[in-house]
Amino acid sequence: MGYFSEIYQGAKSLVIGMRISLDQFLKNFRGDYNTPYPHKTLPIPERYRGHIIFTNDEAGKSLCIACKSCERACPSACILVEGEKKEGEKKKSATLFELNYTTCSLCGACVEVCPTDALTFSKRYNLANTSKAVYAKIDLIKDLENRMQKK
Amino acid sequence: MSAIIDFCGPWWPWVRMLLFLVGTAAFAGLNAAYLVWCERKIAAFVQRRPGPMEVGPQGLLQPIADAAKLLAKQMLTPPAVDTILYRIAPVAMIIPALMCFVVLPYGDALMPTRIDLGLLVVFALSAFNVISLMLAGWSSNNKYAIISSARVVSQNVAYEIPMLLTIVTVILVTGTTDLGTIVGQQGGWFWNWNILRGIWTLANPLVPISFLIFFICMLAETNRAPFDLAEAESELVAGSFTEYSSMGFGLFFMAEYVNIVVGCSLATVIFLGGWQTGLGNLLSFLPDWAAAFVGLGAFFAKLYAMIFVVMWIRWTFPRTQFYGLLNLSWKVLIPVALFTLLLSSILVKLPNLF
Amino acid sequence: MLLLNKEEALARVAAHHVGGPNETFVLNLGPQHPATHGVLRVKLTMDGEYIRKAECVIGYIHRMHEKMGENRTCAQFLPNTSRLDYLSACQYTHAWTGVVERACKIEVPQRAEYIRVITSELNRIASHLVGWGAWVMDLGGLTPILYAFDDREKILDLMEGICGARLTYCYYRVGGVVNDIDDAFIQGAKAFVPYMRERLKMYKDFVTDNVILRKRLEGIGIIDQDMCLRYGACGPVIRGSGIANDTRKTEPYSAYKDFDFDIPVYNECDSMARYLVRMDEMEQSLRIIEQALAKLPEGPFINPKVPKLLKVPAGTYTYATEAGRGRFLVRMVADGSDKPYRVKLRTPCLSNLSLAEEVCEGMILPDAIAFLGSLDLVIPDIDR
Repeated sequence: MGYFSEIYQGAKSLVIGMRISLDQFLKNFRGDYNTPYPHKTLPIPERYRGHIIFTNDEAGKSLCIACKSCERACPSACILVEGEKKEGEKKKSATLFELNYTTCSLCGACVEVCPTDALTFSKRYNLANTSKAVYAKIDLIKDLENRMQKK
Repeated sequence: MSAIIDFCGPWWPWVRMLLFLVGTAAFAGLNAAYLVWCERKIAAFVQRRPGPMEVGPQGLLQPIADAAKLLAKQMLTPPAVDTILYRIAPVAMIIPALMCFVVLPYGDALMPTRIDLGLLVVFALSAFNVISLMLAGWSSNNKYAIISSARVVSQNVAYEIPMLLTIVTVILVTGTTDLGTIVGQQGGWFWNWNILRGIWTLANPLVPISFLIFFICMLAETNRAPFDLAEAESELVAGSFTEYSSMGFGLFFMAEYVNIVVGCSLATVIFLGGWQTGLGNLLSFLPDWAAAFVGLGAFFAKLYAMIFVVMWIRWTFPRTQFYGLLNLSWKVLIPVALFTLLLSSILVKLPNLF
Repeated sequence: MLLLNKEEALARVAAHHVGGPNETFVLNLGPQHPATHGVLRVKLTMDGEYIRKAECVIGYIHRMHEKMGENRTCAQFLPNTSRLDYLSACQYTHAWTGVVERACKIEVPQRAEYIRVITSELNRIASHLVGWGAWVMDLGGLTPILYAFDDREKILDLMEGICGARLTYCYYRVGGVVNDIDDAFIQGAKAFVPYMRERLKMYKDFVTDNVILRKRLEGIGIIDQDMCLRYGACGPVIRGSGIANDTRKTEPYSAYKDFDFDIPVYNECDSMARYLVRMDEMEQSLRIIEQALAKLPEGPFINPKVPKLLKVPAGTYTYATEAGRGRFLVRMVADGSDKPYRVKLRTPCLSNLSLAEEVCEGMILPDAIAFLGSLDLVIPDIDR
C-alpha cells in the first residue's frame, strides 16, 4: 500500500508545484513587472553611499581645510590631500584632493571623521569608463567646480 | 488545386515532394527558433521577469539575432577530438529529427507520405538521437561530455520500454500503425479521441494513464527537465555538447526543439485526435478548404498547448536524481504500462470469447 | 613485438590503472564550475560516476584578511569584515565591533543593540534566501532563486535606506551603529514580516514538499554527530545533525537574551535536515524581528564617548556571533597599541567544508553537488 500512497503523494506535490508556478505566470498579465532598467530607474535613497564628493558653502566654495583626517582614517589609503594657506584667508584650503576610487571600499570613514563636514556621499552609481585611469584619480576640487558651473 | 496538378502533369509527385520538403524544413526551423523565444518568455514569466524585450517588440526578433550570432561564431575543433565523429554528431542529431516529419499527418491532405508503419518510423528515427548524443560525448574527449553520454544511453533505454508499451496498448485498440488512419478513427465528438474513447467503449479504461506515461517518457526521451540529466548544466556544464561552439551547438539546440515538436505532435496524433476538432458535425457547414484550415488550427492548438505544458514543467521542478529516474521507469512506469497492456488485451479479446 | 604472459600483463595493467577494474579518472569540479559558486576547486577521483576520493583545493581568493587586521587600526579593519562572508555582512561586522567593545570596555546603548539584532536577523534571512535559491538552482530548479532574490531585494532596499549600501553594509560602528533607523525602515520591516511568512508558506508548497527535491536530499550526505564534533562543524550543518548549538543561545551576545525564539534542530543528519533547519531559521528570525521592533527602546544609537583613536589594552579577547552559515569568532591579541598584534578569524565555512572530503567518498556526482549545496558555502569566507 505504501507504494501507491507514495506515488499519490508525489504526484500531488508535483501538481501543487505546477499550480503555484502557473499562478506566478498569470500574475505577469496584471502588469506587475519589475523595473525595466535602464529604461526606468528606481529612486536612489537619501543615504546612498556613492563615491565621496565635496560639499559647498553658499559661495560655491569647498569647506575643506586640508586637515588630512580623512587621509589618515582611510583604510585603503585611497585619498590624497594637499593644502596651503592662501593669502587673505583665515583657514587652509585644499589645493589637491584626489580619490582613488578603484581601491575605495565605500566604508564612509572619511565622511564620519571630517571635522568641517566637507565631504559627502554622491548618488552616482552607474559609472562606467573604458579607462581605469579616470577612476584612479578623481579630482574632487575639479568635480566641485564643474558642478558649480553647471548650476 | 486540381489546376496546379494538371499543369504539373507527370511531374506532380516531384513538385509535391519539393513543396513538402520546403514546408517541413521551414516549419521545423521556425519552430526551433521561436520555441526558444517562447521558452525564454515562459521562463521569464514564471520567474516574474519580462524576458527578452530589447530586440524588436517584445523581443520578437531575438531568435534571429541569436541565430546570426551563432552563425557568425567560429567553429572550434578542440585538439585531441575525433574530428570526423565530432563533426558528424550534430548532423546526425538533427537529420533524424527532421525526417520524422515525413510521416506526421498535419491534416487530411497535409501528410507528406502515408505508410502503413508510420508510427514505427517515428520511433525508429527518434531513437536515433541517443546515438548522436553518445557520439558527441564520445568524440569530444571531455570528461563531462562522456559522463553525460553514458547517462543519455541508460536513460533513453530505460524510457523507451514504457513508451513502446503504452503505444502497443493504443495499437491494440486502433488496430493500425498508420498515423492517418489513427486520426481518421478519432473523428466526430471529442469523446472519440483515443484518450477518452477507451473509457466508455471499455476497450481500455486506463488510457488517460497511458497518455500520462507517454508524456513522461516523451519528456525523458527529449532530455527535457526534470529529466535533463544529459545536459544538467549545474553538474556537467553543458553535457554532451560542452565542447561545441557556433552552429555545432546550434544544431543540437535546434534538434532539442524539433524533437519536442515531433514528440508533442505524436502525442496529439495518437491520443488527442490529431486534426479532428472534436466538435462533431457542428462545423460540417464549412467548405472543404475552410474545414482543412480549421483542422490545422485544431492540430496546432493541441500541439502548442502540449508544448506549453512541457515548458511549464521545465521551469517548475528541480532535476531528478539519476537512480530516481531509473527507479521511476522500472518500478512505476513499466509495471503500470504492463498492467494497462494486459488489461487492454484482455478487454479486447473478451468479447471474442463468448 | 613484446609478448607478455598473463601475470605480467595484469601487473602492467594494475600499475597503470588502464582498462582494469580499478580504472579511475580525475574530474576537476571547479575552480570555474557552475555548482561551486565561486572559485572552489574540488578534485574528484572518479570511478564512472562514483566518487572515490574528493580533495578540496582552496586558496584561490586568499586575501590575507587576518594580516590586514594586524596592519590597520580597529576602525580601519571594520570594512574588511563584511567582505569575508559577503552574505552575512552584519553578523561579521558585529563580531569585530563586539571584540573591540569588549577590549576597550565600551558601553553600547540599548537602542543600538536592538538595531543590530534587527538588521542581523534581516541579513540572516537574506543570506538564507540566497543560499536556498542557489542550492535549488544546483539541483536544477531554476525558478526559486528568482523568487528568493525578489524577497531579498525587499531586505536590501530596507538596508540601503538606513545605511546606503546593499551588500557590504559596514553599518555597525564601535559603540553603536552609524545611522539611526528611520520610520520608513520600521514601517518597512513591520510590513516585511507578514509578507515573508506568506512567501515561506509558498516556498514550502513549491519546493520543500516537492517529491523530486525530497528524493534528491533525503538520505544524502549523512553527517553524524561524531563527525560534526571532529571537524568543528557549525551553523545549520550541526543543527541538522541533532545538536542544538547556536551562539545566540549558548553564549547570548548583544540583546539576544531579551527575545523568545527557538533553535530548530533536526536529527536526520542528511541534506534535507539542513534544508529544513534553514527554512525554520527564517521563521525564527521573523519572530525575533517582530519582537525587537515592538520593544525598540528610545535613546542614542551610538555611544558618544568613543575615543577617536582606539588604543586596545594588552590582552587576548574573543567575540563570537552566529552568522548565517554558523559560528563566526574573532580572536584579537592586543599589545596596547592602536593596531592589534594578532587577529584570528574563525569562519564557519572552512570547518563545514573540511568534512566534505570524508562525506563525498563513495557518492555519485549529482549527490555530491546536492551535498555541497547543503553546506551553503561562501568561498571568500573559506579563503579569507
